[in-house]
Amino acid sequence: MQAGLPPKPRAAVVRDALGVGTAVGLSGFAFGVTSAGAGMTVVQTCVLSLFVFTGASQFALVGALGSGGNPLAAAAGALLLGVRNAFYGLRLSQLLGLPASVRPLAAQWVIDETSAVALAQSDRRLARLGFTVTGVSLYAGWNITTFLGALGASALGDPAAWGLDAAGPAVFLALLLPMLRARSSSAPATAPPAASPAFPEPADQLARPQAAPPGTPPPATQASGTQAPGASPPGTRAPGTPAAGASPARGPLPRRAEAAVAVAVAALAVVLALVCVPFVTAGVPVLVAVLAAPAVLAVLAVSRLLTRRPSRGGR
Amino acid sequence: MVWVAIVVTAAGCYAVKLLGLSVPAAVLERPLVRRLAALVPIAALAALIALQTFADGRTLVVDARAAGLAAAAVALLLRAPFLVVVAVAVVVTAAVRALAG
Repeated sequence: MQAGLPPKPRAAVVRDALGVGTAVGLSGFAFGVTSAGAGMTVVQTCVLSLFVFTGASQFALVGALGSGGNPLAAAAGALLLGVRNAFYGLRLSQLLGLPASVRPLAAQWVIDETSAVALAQSDRRLARLGFTVTGVSLYAGWNITTFLGALGASALGDPAAWGLDAAGPAVFLALLLPMLRARSSSAPATAPPAASPAFPEPADQLARPQAAPPGTPPPATQASGTQAPGASPPGTRAPGTPAAGASPARGPLPRRAEAAVAVAVAALAVVLALVCVPFVTAGVPVLVAVLAAPAVLAVLAVSRLLTRRPSRGGR
Repeated sequence: MVWVAIVVTAAGCYAVKLLGLSVPAAVLERPLVRRLAALVPIAALAALIALQTFADGRTLVVDARAAGLAAAAVALLLRAPFLVVVAVAVVVTAAVRALAG
């Protein structure tokens, strides 16, 4: 909604940022409850929210540990989910222009939601403001509600009796669905993330933080983040990487094809994960399933080589 | 061992965030890297959904969790807020378990 408008006043940025921060921050409840349900202590749960602070990774870790998974395999799975934050950081470092001394502090807040808010702003000053306000409110909210959720769940006793073991998959589903949909819009994220009609999603998301599955901070954010700053490093394509140059010529996959690739990856990942359940310890199937991503891309590349497209004939 | 996993995850996730802020753009801005970065979370999330719904130790089962997940999917399609989606999954799972057990 605000995407195409002239620079927003600071108050509007603060309002948006606080809205996102508190809405997503509340989702810490879900994590606290899930983590305690998976057998983590309250202290362990709080340490995760304080120091990992990226929702999907946290949910993945406690899920794998709770099912008796190998700790290192569990950590590896969580890390894979956190990799996307590097791409947000990449985009943010250009936009925020942080001095080297501040970067280590700011880094902890580089997650889906803060990126979505910051990247939706039109200039550096507002982006810094949005990033900071979202970061502070979300960090505070996420950690406080994590603690309360963990305390509450610990008091409940058997988590399975309360159905708490279903919270994790539901969280992931809420994160995944928007990614599958957003894939399409992410491809053409050619415009600078600033204020451009090409960037409607983030603003849209921000406008109604509650609507979508902007669930858990990180997770939720992921959802919105993916949609917003573009599933792939937001505007990264714009600043003319070789990729950018190539895109117009050969063109990124059409939107529908792009979404189909995402769905294919998800489907293959499910099959791979379930197939290896009987053979490996918990935590490992996720790592195997992630191979679906390169596998599908490789198949695509090969099939493209085999059928040189006459119409586009980039070469 | 749980603490090992927690420390590794915390350190790793922080390092990845800092890396993005610190590294020259050209290192990560390759089309292949970007596409993989977008697809890997999709694969991981899809796998986690399947595993946490259908895996029980080293066996596959269809139990109350599947009902909870289906309910969550319906809630999502109805555009319910995030916390509502999670609550629906939890409540339906508990209800099915109570009825069945």
